[in-house]
Amino acid sequence: MTDEALIVLESVNKWFGPLHVLQDVSLSVARGEVVVVIGPSGSGKSTLCRAINRLEPINSGTITFDGQPLAAEGRALAKLRSEVGMVFQSFNLFAHKTILQNVMLGPIKVRKEKQAVVRDRAMGLLERVGIANQAEKYPAQLSGGQQQRVAIARALAMQPKALLFDEPTSALDPEMVGEVLDVMTSLAREGMTMVVVTHEMGFARHAANRVVFMADGQLVEQAPPEEFFANPKSERARDFLSKILTH
Amino acid sequence: MDVFSDPYNVDVYVTGFLWILKLTAASTVGALVLGVLLSAMRVSPVPVLRGFGAAWVNVFRNTPLTLIIFFCYFGLFSTLGFSVSDEIDLNNYWLGVIGLSVYTAAFVCEAIRSGINTVPAGQAEAARAIGMSFRQTLTMIVLPQAGRAVIAPLGSIFIALSKNATIVGTIGLMESSNAMKELINANGDAVIPIFLVFAGTFAVVLIPAGYGFGWLANRLAVKR
Repeated sequence: MTDEALIVLESVNKWFGPLHVLQDVSLSVARGEVVVVIGPSGSGKSTLCRAINRLEPINSGTITFDGQPLAAEGRALAKLRSEVGMVFQSFNLFAHKTILQNVMLGPIKVRKEKQAVVRDRAMGLLERVGIANQAEKYPAQLSGGQQQRVAIARALAMQPKALLFDEPTSALDPEMVGEVLDVMTSLAREGMTMVVVTHEMGFARHAANRVVFMADGQLVEQAPPEEFFANPKSERARDFLSKILTH
Repeated sequence: MDVFSDPYNVDVYVTGFLWILKLTAASTVGALVLGVLLSAMRVSPVPVLRGFGAAWVNVFRNTPLTLIIFFCYFGLFSTLGFSVSDEIDLNNYWLGVIGLSVYTAAFVCEAIRSGINTVPAGQAEAARAIGMSFRQTLTMIVLPQAGRAVIAPLGSIFIALSKNATIVGTIGLMESSNAMKELINANGDAVIPIFLVFAGTFAVVLIPAGYGFGWLANRLAVKR
């Protein structure tokens, strides 16, 4: 991990109608850093995550990725998105494509890479997430945990500079959460830059470099996980932790 | 069935249905291409294109097909001098194809647009998230899934199109309804048999076609 910032948000504001979902949020994520964003429902964590690759446009403030300010639309934005992998809560695998096609589509259509090269890389990634033997199946034939691992492989196939995870385990049956978190943990160990919105406190504890706590659209506090969980500074964070950690 | 033992009458019958076949085939292609383009316009981020798509649908869906076909002949051809072929039959045929295509495209557009609404928003988001352009997202992810979702209603539209093709008879093409009229005029004693043969021919082809579309819709359905 170096100190060079890869993702920088400065005074970002976002409204959904009258609802002020991101209030003057500033956050900097260094290359190779794993930042876990936690907080109660409706606190703006997902919006924050989605704003980084502009799936949610922001109303004011600036977001820079790898030194470049986020483009508004068009080619430049598409290029930026191709460099930032995204993993969704509901997987969003392309339903009419096989698992292998899902993983290969981006590199071939967006990057115009050679079919054979991409196929090797895609099979390697599917091997890595443990789904290589399902490569010819369709998403609906796989379990949720398997689908989410394919989604991670699809994001990795673009060889991204950073990965965004928007509640990647929230739609999974409990026994499938572990297999997805295992993949994420190994990515974190390898130095992938990650922004992870999650309710998995175990993952936050052992894989995060920094925990960011959000509530009511504000970034309330941020600290290394040991420090945050042992000694939260804000009342709001103490309250949140007391509610989730007592069970 | 004495009427159909006369080879001349059989020729009128066969020629009539061949025209219907050709009208349906060419107009299906035309309406499909136009309809997909229009549906793409209607969901595009460009307001001018959205407006154009909406205007097309509102104008052609709400104008009687007979009027549109008449306009193709009396407006496009007779008044404005737009001619496709020097051969009168071929000219009328192509004018008919134009009218049927622009009319049917409005219905195809709306069917596909409702198909687009069945594709979860996450599919397009995932496509954009790996860096696909609007065009790539639409043509590779959204439209293929939307199309599969609306095969059955598209089938109904094309079945209707094949019957609507008889309206081209009003501008002089000797398609099936004109052929039937001619046979009835010449054989006043056999109106019912003539009518049954013509109606039966449509039914014999279109009923299996309907089941075919249903089968295809099931087979190509996207599993979620």
